[in-house]
Amino acid sequence: MSQDITPNEMNHAEVAHGHDHHDHDHKPKGFVKRWLMTTNHKDIGTLYLIFAFAMFIIGGAMAMIIRLELFQPGLQFVEPDFFNQMTTMHALIMVFGAVMPAFVGLANWMIPLMIGAPDMALPRMNNWSFWILPFAFTMLLSTLFMPGGAPAGGWTMYPPLVLQGGHNVGFLVFAVHMMGISSIMGAINVIATIMNMRAPNVGYLNMPLFVWTWLITAFLLIAVMPVLAGAVTMLLTDRYFDTSFFSAAGGGDPVLFQHIFWFFGHPEVYIMILPAFGIVSEIIPTFARKPLFGYVSMVYATAAIAFLSFIVWAHHMFSVGMPLGGELYFMYATMMIAVPTGVKIFNWVATMWKGSMTFETPMLFSLAFVILFTIGGFSGVMMALAPVDLQYHDTYFIVAHFHYVLVTGAVFGIIAGAYYWLPKWSGHMYNERLGKIHFWWSTISVNVLFFPQHFLGLAGMPRRIPDYSTQFAEFNMWSSIGGFAFGLAQVFFIYVVWKTVKGGEKATAEVWPGAKGLEWTVPSPAPHHTFEEFGPVDLDKMAHGKDH
Amino acid sequence: MQQDNSNRDQGSQKVLKISIVVCFLMIGFVAALVPLYDIICDITGLNGKTGVLAAENVKEEAIEHTVIVQFDGTVNSDLPWSFKPEQFSMEVTPGKLYQTEYIAQNISTTDITGHAVPSVAPNEASIYFSKTECFCFTEQLLTAGEQKNMPVTFIVSSDIPKDIDVLTLSYTFFNKSRMTAAQQAADNSTHKVTEI
Repeated sequence: MSQDITPNEMNHAEVAHGHDHHDHDHKPKGFVKRWLMTTNHKDIGTLYLIFAFAMFIIGGAMAMIIRLELFQPGLQFVEPDFFNQMTTMHALIMVFGAVMPAFVGLANWMIPLMIGAPDMALPRMNNWSFWILPFAFTMLLSTLFMPGGAPAGGWTMYPPLVLQGGHNVGFLVFAVHMMGISSIMGAINVIATIMNMRAPNVGYLNMPLFVWTWLITAFLLIAVMPVLAGAVTMLLTDRYFDTSFFSAAGGGDPVLFQHIFWFFGHPEVYIMILPAFGIVSEIIPTFARKPLFGYVSMVYATAAIAFLSFIVWAHHMFSVGMPLGGELYFMYATMMIAVPTGVKIFNWVATMWKGSMTFETPMLFSLAFVILFTIGGFSGVMMALAPVDLQYHDTYFIVAHFHYVLVTGAVFGIIAGAYYWLPKWSGHMYNERLGKIHFWWSTISVNVLFFPQHFLGLAGMPRRIPDYSTQFAEFNMWSSIGGFAFGLAQVFFIYVVWKTVKGGEKATAEVWPGAKGLEWTVPSPAPHHTFEEFGPVDLDKMAHGKDH
Repeated sequence: MQQDNSNRDQGSQKVLKISIVVCFLMIGFVAALVPLYDIICDITGLNGKTGVLAAENVKEEAIEHTVIVQFDGTVNSDLPWSFKPEQFSMEVTPGKLYQTEYIAQNISTTDITGHAVPSVAPNEASIYFSKTECFCFTEQLLTAGEQKNMPVTFIVSSDIPKDIDVLTLSYTFFNKSRMTAAQQAADNSTHKVTEI
């Protein structure tokens, strides 16, 4: 990349090259051209976000059915088999349909804006990687209407249970393949964009932390999505082609699936949290009015977490019967992850230390993220202890743990990001009062929803069972009430976003006074095409521009 | 500008190609995990599959340490048999040869071939446990209603660590004839569904 071209020369040399930029000032006309055939990173980002939100609502509706059935002991509303379909589908849809596409949507929208790139590096592939998703999830959701119903063996797809489904096994496997292909293409695009499309004077250590965490996430995706694809393919052949990879009768071993699955699954949980780390690392400095504390250590901590995620998978399987040495190794390696994660939490707190903090909605969600994610992290360290994990395994304690890290972690991160960048996307400020109502409503209800589940788990209530003994009744009722309230709060969120998109106070280019980052140098709403001229950007506008 | 955009495109194409290669390498890695897992299990006994020790290796050593061997038998839900050990446990001296029997009965009205898969727990003990003769080495045919005693001859290696006092030999009997027909049933899933 030649770096000696000045911005002035660029103005004259600017040409419509490559991609689909036939028309600089206008968006493509017509619904099909604008949305189905789009190669514009902002439009694709919007599509991803809308899709993710739709899936969030569908997966959330399933969670409501689960909480409804668990409102009281005994079976009231659904059959046990349908209950199990709900737990399985809720997880698959939330993981692959809501959280991951939401992060890819944010990456599409923000990464080019943050590094001064005109678009993603591979715009046509970008279109393809999005449009695979509606088909994948149509396939997955269609199993609900088939004889035998949807997959009900848990999202972890453990054989032999999952293989006992009816038609749904094939649909599940191919849907997972398509989601995997979509994620891999999205990840390749992110890596290619970050490595090749940065403005010429933006170095790796000038990049915003959201870009950094996404770069590392993309490497994780490319490394582990093929592993999942391989594992589910073996399920497919075991089911339909008479192989015995996981069947003890034919000399295989079901535990092998668990090893392969969690070799994918553990990096997967960091795929679902690292971009959220990036988002709050953007938001907290803006509202604390201080630069991020320990930027470089944040980058290294993220990389360390990513590396460690590959060598701890069997802590999901302590109860499977491992030699003592294995249990000890996986226990210590897992506890080691608390070190780089602690570095991050320390840095966020230190960023706020003596800052001039204000508490707009994105900041509130970020603060809740820091506190509540840390609670999830603590229960994670508790479960890293092999001897006690034998008690917690497959109880509501693990359910509470991963919902703290995924709902108050990943989802709160996404919501914080949505409020933070919504004025940039829509050109309007959201209603701060409504945003705050959404925040307090969500944060209180989510704790009523998930905190009692810790106690249920410690008392021995197993997960994935539609009925429970009566001593668990009270906590379950609290949890269900919290669940309904949290679900309703997200419907309210739709209203807040809709109202902002339709109108409201005009947002300035900077949106948040004093905010650092190239995205705040373009007008609000961000024009269809930005940073079209290849040339250096003003590093003073970047949070980490000058010192490196 | 032109030149720079083509640099960007070249760079992106390179990332694309390398990434696709990495994806295929990872798929290859998963495929390699299958035999690799078997090898690791052979060495460590990780999955409870038993060791192989020829009968000639039986040594009459004076060992004070004895271990309890417990016996367990299960039938897979696809197999209409009853199957249980004749005795539930046995105190054995490592290095000596012992024999016990399992009793299997076909409680259905058709002839069925079954196939037993053994496993030893704890996993660390499995490499010290060998069967010199076992009904699990071959497929077993039981005619309708037939009952059969199935002997197993085994030896616990004298190398077994002293801290292992109890080990369990467990068999699961699978329906061999159904194994091959199982996938036909899978396609006929309405049948499968009513079964669930």
